[in-house]
Amino acid sequence: MGERIGVYICHCGTNIAEVLDITKVVEFARTLPDVIVSKDNEFLCSTIGQQDLEKDIRDLGLTRFVIAACSPHMHEQTFRATARREGINPYLLQICNIREQNSWVTNDIQLATEKAKALVAAAVYRVRKHKPLDSLYIDINPNTLIVGGGIAGIHAALEIADAGYKVYLVEREPSIGGHMAFLDRTFPTLDCAACMLMPKMHTVEQHPNITLLSYSEVTSIKGYTGNFEVTVRQKPRFVNASTCTGCGICQEKCPVKVLDRIKMGLSGFRKAIHIPFKHAVPRYPVVDKKNCIYFASGKCRLCERECPTKAIELEQQEKIINLQVGNIIIATGFSLFDPLRISQYGYGRYTNVFTNIEFERMLNSLGPTGGEIVLRDCEKKPESIAIIHCVGSRDKNYHEYCSKICCMYSLKFAYLIKEKTGAEVYSFYIDMRTPGKQYEEFYHKLQNKGVHFIRGRVAMIMDAPFAPEEEGKLIIQVEDTLLGMQRRIPVDMVILSTAIEPAYDSEMVAKLFGLQCDRNGFFTERHPKLSPVSTMTEGIFIAGACQGPKDITETVSQAGAAAARALSLIVRKKVELDPIKAFILKEHCSGCMICTELCPYGAISLGDHRKFPEINAVLCKGCGTCVASCPCQAILSEHYTTEQIMSEINGMLRKDYSD
Amino acid sequence: MIYAYYPGCCSESLSSAYDGSLKLIADFFKIEFIHLSDWNCCGATEFMSVDRLGAYALVARNLALVPEGLNQVVTCCSACYLNMSRTEQLMSEYPIINKKVNTALAAGNMSYTPGRLKIRHILDVLVNDVGLDTMKGKVVKPLTHLKIAPYYGCMLVRPNMGFDHPEYPETMDKLFHALGAAVVDFSLKAYCCGGHMPQINAVTGYEIIRRILKNAYDKRADVIAVACPVCQLNLDIYQDDVNKNFGTTFNIPILFFTQLMGLAFGMNYAPLGFGKEIISAEYALSKRLKP
Repeated sequence: MGERIGVYICHCGTNIAEVLDITKVVEFARTLPDVIVSKDNEFLCSTIGQQDLEKDIRDLGLTRFVIAACSPHMHEQTFRATARREGINPYLLQICNIREQNSWVTNDIQLATEKAKALVAAAVYRVRKHKPLDSLYIDINPNTLIVGGGIAGIHAALEIADAGYKVYLVEREPSIGGHMAFLDRTFPTLDCAACMLMPKMHTVEQHPNITLLSYSEVTSIKGYTGNFEVTVRQKPRFVNASTCTGCGICQEKCPVKVLDRIKMGLSGFRKAIHIPFKHAVPRYPVVDKKNCIYFASGKCRLCERECPTKAIELEQQEKIINLQVGNIIIATGFSLFDPLRISQYGYGRYTNVFTNIEFERMLNSLGPTGGEIVLRDCEKKPESIAIIHCVGSRDKNYHEYCSKICCMYSLKFAYLIKEKTGAEVYSFYIDMRTPGKQYEEFYHKLQNKGVHFIRGRVAMIMDAPFAPEEEGKLIIQVEDTLLGMQRRIPVDMVILSTAIEPAYDSEMVAKLFGLQCDRNGFFTERHPKLSPVSTMTEGIFIAGACQGPKDITETVSQAGAAAARALSLIVRKKVELDPIKAFILKEHCSGCMICTELCPYGAISLGDHRKFPEINAVLCKGCGTCVASCPCQAILSEHYTTEQIMSEINGMLRKDYSD
Repeated sequence: MIYAYYPGCCSESLSSAYDGSLKLIADFFKIEFIHLSDWNCCGATEFMSVDRLGAYALVARNLALVPEGLNQVVTCCSACYLNMSRTEQLMSEYPIINKKVNTALAAGNMSYTPGRLKIRHILDVLVNDVGLDTMKGKVVKPLTHLKIAPYYGCMLVRPNMGFDHPEYPETMDKLFHALGAAVVDFSLKAYCCGGHMPQINAVTGYEIIRRILKNAYDKRADVIAVACPVCQLNLDIYQDDVNKNFGTTFNIPILFFTQLMGLAFGMNYAPLGFGKEIISAEYALSKRLKP
């Protein structure tokens, strides 16, 4: 055949070398057909390792090679680049995984060595049948879609827009701002959240490169890296954005009072037509159709009559907007754990048990109490406050993971309570987790301020007094694990630091964009260390708490990273597509068209002469569904042809059919 | 609906009101109970802490008595329920326990295969098998105006029996709502009633009982409803002692939930076992319920 194959076995430090008898595998490889060199190396992926490989390719005139090392997920691209540099087609190499699927899963040296031999033989047999393949290059649409208008989406949008590229920012709510818009101060510097966020929100609205689609949701997405077609449904606001001045007369006159989510059950009502909050962007009202009298009975229209600029349009219909974008950043954020699920904590039964977000609103100077800390009756001031960490986190009954930010915002609460009221603060924690710049120092500051830190998970919050001093109080029943005893702490007010959960509809978002979720429901990144904002789909990135609990600092750095990744694709102008695609052998095809219906990417359609299907190579992802389903075996996939796979199996079973 | 029925030691004596009323309720909903013959004590709380294997064998003997063809056994006592559930679970999970227990049973020509029976509490059966909707349709005298504190005690839902929340159960709450009663939010609903503590250390026992009574009293409950004979016993017969010890004036009748169900379904007082309680329910019921 005249092929000159090199086999290279990597030690991966001790990862592989400790479990395999590498020498035996190297010697064995020499006996395989067409192999002219077989070597081992401590770290093949290192510069030295690659240089050795390059030298062999040059000196020995290798035409193909096999790398026996880690999973192809890790370094297939690395070695393809090596091949390319030395003038070998990058598809004339085969990676053979002897780490994840071999040395990491056993301690039995003999078995592992035998398995490695079989895997190397399979790889050699396979690579002999490889064909050189050429990548496809396609243009990248320079526009970016960002889904979610919280701090992550806002930050990423500004980064890309400032670089001079167009951004569509889609936000489901009537205003952007996300959870951060609810906050008063941020830990550990106690900076004002609004002062950081509001200018950014304003810039988004004004930016010539950003199209803000608020009150909108993505309904479908088609296409591939560089060329996505996205459909967005914009819900009717019933207010004309171009004529509305945001004067607020409509919401003054509106007769319908609705409990306000932003005010979190604290003496808070809004109207059916309302501006979401004071610094909302865009700052024009929205009619809440569910509560509006007009939509229930066809009467009222008071807002319409009173509007000085005639901006109310109650006949407005939803709009379907089609966008063409090259990259997508998903920044859909999180939801908070519903404390009703832990019924022994009494949220919803005891009026003075608050959630973290309710308390954030209370601390906020623009919130329902104007920043004053009061009990639910909005009058009495608490003299003692309990803050309970890990409500729904680090708990096998609910979420096993740590929500990461609760310790720090609980400390922030303690600080602000001390600053504003001087009330006694009891902080119930399991472990105090303060890893971050200035975080631990913040914790020490609070210890010195006289906050009572009690280590133990709260068993129950009750209103049943056992002793006279507990009368009229909420009593925290807890095992103090440092004292090793049960304690009962009577307080006036309780704050539950609830867990961060995946957004309530994250499953739907994942399905829509083809993202993968971890077992907790957060979106999975391509690689936990090296590719934290990419997803398994090229051109789709994730940022912020949709990927896992994180604070503002981390969210912003991730949003910046996602923006940088998108920009790096945009400036490349072209994207390289994997040439591993399916192709049809027309002479075998019966024209049954089974494949067209099964293709998950819509890549197969009726060809020009309307008799046989044709595969669009750009849309095809090489998944192989059509290959497996074709009753005539008329479809093959490049790099996974029957010949190649049979040859690999022959190698594995070491039956030499010699071609 | 057919179930095997394990009455437990209290049913014929201390809690005959429970046993009697639940039989009426069962007949009312056409539930057939097959009584175990020659059953023995479940070991209560003591035996398990003295000799575990002996206790498991004692319980397993009752399970072995359940006739073939039945796959559910019902009990009305929370302690019996816990002991039976625990034994069944341990025998299923640990082959060594299963083997030892069955060796003991073999001495009496008996055997029990773990997994054969599902252990059920009567509260679970009534609320979840009969169903609240069916019950609602049968209410002829709604318990309107009667404020009930539902008391579950510590053994009914713990460690996690599956049919209700182990820390803050609500099955009885839902039941009484369905019967038209007002249910108070009762913080100590799943706290311990003291068990046998009043006999071991009276003052400690009284304090435990006092807390529960006070919580119900603070919530303005007319009656406390229970689902366990020991809870009824402790809260009822020691109420006077608690009052003497702590200078309190509690006078809250402690009734089995099945008795109150019977009232709602229009049954008469006497057959439901009213009058057997120490703190008479007459006043509370006559004041709140229409004749």
